[in-house]
Amino acid sequence: MTASPPTIRHPKITAPQFTTPQLSKERALSARRRARRTALIGWSFILPNFAGFALFTLIPVVACFFIAFTQWDAYNPPVLVGVNNFTRLLGDSNFWISVRNTAYYAFGHIPLTLAIALGLALLLNRALRGIGIFRTALFFPYLTSLVAVAIVFNLLFAPDNGPINQILNSVGIANPPRWTASTEWAMPTVIITSVWRDMGYYMILFLAGLQTIPREYYEAAEVDGANAWQRFRNITLPSLRPTTYFVLILLTISSFKVFDLIQVMTEGGPGRATLVLSQLIYRDGIVQGDYGYASAMSLALFVIVLSFTIVQFKLSERGNK
Amino acid sequence: MSTTTQELAVKMIDVDNPLAATVKREPAYRPARRGRKSPLRVIFMYVFLTALVLVLLIPFGWMLSSSLKRNTEVFAVPIQWIPTSFQWNNYVDIWTTIPLLTYLKNSATLTLSITFLQLLTGSFAAYGFSKVKFKGRDVLFVSYIATIAIPWQAYMIPQYIMMQKLHLTNTLMALILLQAFSAFGVFLMRQFYLSIPDELVEAARIDGLNEYRIWARIMLPLSKPALASLALLTFVATWNDYMGPFIYLTSNDLWTVQIGLQSFVGQYANDAALLMTGSVISIIPIFIIFLLGQRYFIAGIATSGLKG
Repeated sequence: MTASPPTIRHPKITAPQFTTPQLSKERALSARRRARRTALIGWSFILPNFAGFALFTLIPVVACFFIAFTQWDAYNPPVLVGVNNFTRLLGDSNFWISVRNTAYYAFGHIPLTLAIALGLALLLNRALRGIGIFRTALFFPYLTSLVAVAIVFNLLFAPDNGPINQILNSVGIANPPRWTASTEWAMPTVIITSVWRDMGYYMILFLAGLQTIPREYYEAAEVDGANAWQRFRNITLPSLRPTTYFVLILLTISSFKVFDLIQVMTEGGPGRATLVLSQLIYRDGIVQGDYGYASAMSLALFVIVLSFTIVQFKLSERGNK
Repeated sequence: MSTTTQELAVKMIDVDNPLAATVKREPAYRPARRGRKSPLRVIFMYVFLTALVLVLLIPFGWMLSSSLKRNTEVFAVPIQWIPTSFQWNNYVDIWTTIPLLTYLKNSATLTLSITFLQLLTGSFAAYGFSKVKFKGRDVLFVSYIATIAIPWQAYMIPQYIMMQKLHLTNTLMALILLQAFSAFGVFLMRQFYLSIPDELVEAARIDGLNEYRIWARIMLPLSKPALASLALLTFVATWNDYMGPFIYLTSNDLWTVQIGLQSFVGQYANDAALLMTGSVISIIPIFIIFLLGQRYFIAGIATSGLKG
C-alpha cells in the first residue's frame, strides 16, 4: 500500500547505500512529492467514473439508512421519527402480504430453476458435434427482455382458448386453471415463466462446473463398479457443491428483488395475490411519495437478502470443511 | 442501477465452451466418449436433444407464428401453429399503430450512450485501480465492490428524490446518469487489467510514455475482448431494462421499446397478433447482437469467483 512510484524499481535510480543525512532528506522529500503526483494521476483516472458512482449510487445507499428514520413525503420536509416507520411496517398488511408473496416466489423459483438447470447441464454435457447449438438455443431466453417474455407467456396462459389451456383440454383436463386470472394460480404462472427464462443461464454455470470435474474420478468409480446413479450421487453432486452455492446465492438475490416480470404479467394482482416487496416500495415511495416509509421497506428488503446470502455463505463454508 | 448487468455478469461465459477463459483446464468428463459410442445411440441422442430444445423454445415459435396471423386467429380453436395466410403487413402496420420508431430511437439513445460512457469511464477507472499505486486506492475499490451486492431496489428511493431535486425525472438524462457509472463495469475491466503483466506498463514508463498514453496506446488495444464483453452485457441489460424507464419516463415520446410494448398490452387488448409483431421487433436487436458477439459472452467465471 505504500505509494512508491514504479520508476524507483529501475536499477539506475536505486538508492545508493551510503548517503549523507542531508541527501537522504532531500530524497525522502522528493519521494513524497512523487507519491503525491502518482496519487493525483491515480485519482484523475478514477474520478470520471467515481464522481458518477458516488453521486448516484454510493450517496443514495448511505442516504437510505437515514431516510428510513424520517417522515418525509413529496410536500413536507423530512422529520426524524426514530423507529416509527419500522413499527408501522409491522402492522401493515400490505407489507406482510408482499413479504409472503416474495417468499412464495423465491421458494418456487429457486429450487425449480436449480433442478431444471442442473438437469439440462447434465444432459448437454457430452461430446457431440454441434452440442454448442443446443446450449446456445437454451441460453437465448435469458437475453430476451422480460417484457417480451411476460407478454408472450400471458397470451400462452390466456384462460380462455389460450394455447396451454387448449392443450390441457385436449388431454382431458376439463377445467384447467385460470392462470394469471386466478388468485391461486397467478404466482405459479409467474414462477413457471421465470424458470423458463432463467434455466439456460444457470445451465451454463452448471456446465462450467461440470467441466472442472476430472475424468479420472469417473473412471476410477467405474472400475470399482459404481453405476450411473452412484457416480452422480458420489462424484458429480459433491464436486458441484461450489457451483451450486454460487448459483443459489445468485438465484436468491434475483428472486427477492423480482419486479419486472410481475409488474408486466399481473401488476401484483389479482387483488394482492402477487404483490411483491419491490412493487410495494415503488408504489409507496415513488407513486405516493412516502419516502421515509418506503426507505424503511427498502432496508427490510436489504436485510432479508443479506441474511439469506450470509446463511448460504456460512453453509457453503461448513460444507467445504 | 441496471441490476441485470450484474446478473449477466457472471455470465460472460462462452456458451460453446464455458471453460474457455478459466485458467486451469482439466480434462472434462464426457460420458458419451467411452469407446462404445454406437451410431444408433448418437442418433437417438440428437433426436432427443432436438425434440427437447424445440419443445422448450415453443414460446418463441408461437410468438413468431402469431406475429404473422390475423388478430382473430391467435386464439383460434384448435390452435393454429402455422398462420392460414401470412399477414406480412403486420410488420408494416405496427409502425403506425404505435410510435414504434420513437420507442426504438429512445432505446437506442439510452443503450448507446450508456454503453459508451460505461466503457470509457469504466476502463479509465480500472487503469487507476490496477496499474497506478496510491494511498487509499484499495479502500475506494472496496466501496465499489460493496455496492454490487446491494439490490438496486434498496436505494431507488433516495436516487429518485435526488433526480427530482435535479429536475431530471422524465428525462433520458436521468437514466444515463444512473446507469453509466456502474460498479460492475469497473470491476470487470479491473479484473482484466490485473491479468496484464505490470512489466509491460513499466517498460512503457521507462520508454517515457505518460500514464494516459499507456492507457490509450497499450491497455485499450490489449483489452478488446474485455471491452467487447462489457459492451455486449451493457447493451443487452440497457436495452431490456424495464424498471428504470418505467419509474423515470412518464411521457409517451420518451418511452423505450419495453415501456411502449407494455402500454400496448393495455391499450389494444384485442390486437394480439400485432402485440406479437411488436415483441418480435423488440427482440431483433438483441438477437443480432447475440449472434455477432456470441464468442465475447466469454468466461468471467474465473474472475467472478467460481473456482472449483
